[in-house]
Amino acid sequence: MNLVKEHAAFDVETIRKDFPILKRKINGKPLVYFDNAATSQTPQQVIDVIVDYYSNYNANIHRGVHSLSQEATDAYEQSRQKIQKHFNAAHSHEIIFTSGTTHGINLVASGFSSLLKVGDEILVSALEHHSNIVPWQMLCERTGAELKVIPMNEAGELILSEFDALLNENTKLVFVNHISNALGTINPIEYIIEKAHAYGAAVLVDGAQSCPHLKPDVQKLNVDFYVCSAHKICGPTGIGMLYGKEKWLKALPPYQGGGEMIAEVTFEKTSYADLPHKFEAGTPNVCGGIAFGAALDYMNAIGFNAIAKYEQELLSYATGKLSEIEGMKIYGTAKEKTSVISFNVGNIHPYDIGTILDKMGIAVRTGHHCAQPIMDYYQIPGTIRASFMFYNTKEEIDVFIAALKKAIMMLS
Amino acid sequence: MTIEDVQKDIIDEFSMFDNWEDRYQYMIDLGKSLPLIDPKFKTEDHIIKGCQSKVWVHADMDDDKVKFTADSDAIITKGIIAILIRVFSNQHPKAIIEANTDFIDQIGLKEHLSPTRANGLVSMIKQLKMYAIAYQTQLN
Repeated sequence: MNLVKEHAAFDVETIRKDFPILKRKINGKPLVYFDNAATSQTPQQVIDVIVDYYSNYNANIHRGVHSLSQEATDAYEQSRQKIQKHFNAAHSHEIIFTSGTTHGINLVASGFSSLLKVGDEILVSALEHHSNIVPWQMLCERTGAELKVIPMNEAGELILSEFDALLNENTKLVFVNHISNALGTINPIEYIIEKAHAYGAAVLVDGAQSCPHLKPDVQKLNVDFYVCSAHKICGPTGIGMLYGKEKWLKALPPYQGGGEMIAEVTFEKTSYADLPHKFEAGTPNVCGGIAFGAALDYMNAIGFNAIAKYEQELLSYATGKLSEIEGMKIYGTAKEKTSVISFNVGNIHPYDIGTILDKMGIAVRTGHHCAQPIMDYYQIPGTIRASFMFYNTKEEIDVFIAALKKAIMMLS
Repeated sequence: MTIEDVQKDIIDEFSMFDNWEDRYQYMIDLGKSLPLIDPKFKTEDHIIKGCQSKVWVHADMDDDKVKFTADSDAIITKGIIAILIRVFSNQHPKAIIEANTDFIDQIGLKEHLSPTRANGLVSMIKQLKMYAIAYQTQLN
């Protein structure tokens, strides 16, 4: 019931007015921005918060006694509380500001170096982004632990029976993305978390692609670590968050040494600050942190239920239109997926199509999407990826389809 | 013909087009005239490194002139490398090393110079010039 009510109020034309960049022309054509899985666009409301910060209360935080520093500190910490509330974390000190998803993953991987030993096993999914593969490979090199891969099927879904078979008493960590960036598959993380916990393994979920489309409840999921980036959720680049259960964040050693993260320093010994500051060495991205909170406010005002419903309409409309094109091959046909479509047409190279689409003002991503193992599975060099956000429209999809047909004609 | 003469011809050809469609269509057609690399040279060490499309280049020297052959798995890239080879092939290594490549801007392909285009023109030009430098060293 609630869903319908929110969607009735959802008006894409009003929403589009919030995004100044959508008025741009590229190569003389109105911009059609379908590279949202790489980065989302920023609404005026968030831009205003950034301008206000630098115009009115830019200061270093936490230690200053002067008014500006206190204002900046208050805004930064309020933002942490907004993030806590959004993800339903039990405590605000379980929210660590990071520079983004990659930073969060590296922080956890680095922390686990002192907790793992030879014979331990780490599971990652076959659907991972390179940033959720490489840090674990490095961790395995440091500790002697072994990295094992949960395989996927042709549709781009994880094979859960294989996951069950891989789990054992030596499994210490499981890493999986909530949603695949290359294919859009929504992974059954509830199942994965429950099964992993039965063997005492900790689970880190990469939420970079899920947070723009849904609202994760970290307590309900019972997840140990959850990471994301603000720039995928209408916020600025260079800021993100790591959620960690208090018991894990207390168990992990600090990631970087420096200011902010200490309680007391002598040349003999340093005692570390309490959470969350233990993991936030140096002057943070104050403005980014504040704008991150503003971005969540913006998304929540529209409503994630309405967003998800509208984006599913876009996905199904675009999938239908694309499927009519001769030679079309869509990669990633999971039953549960978000508004991401990865595809190729005949033997045309994705780079050629991406180049021609750009001439017509359409921004898509081409290449391996930093997920080469997935491309290897399908034995392709890459795909064209169109990814939609709630500010995109069916009319834009029509423009994209017409442009794609023209590109195919030119390149065949 | 000197490198400058060839560049001038290319600029003249591209100046006939007043829209991007015709320009790209012409480039795609030029790709079809590319002197193709012998398949035995389509190996890892002939690839110009990049993350989008693959480009293989091979060079030979005959009568103090460098001759290039190439291929790519993307059609537009094939067109781009065909233009470069038309400019640089059958030239003395010294002329290739000293050649200026401002003509790219004049034929409306400036966007391919962007550093985000892995496999862009920059690395192709660099690779062709590297071959020329190697052959120039032999001549010295």
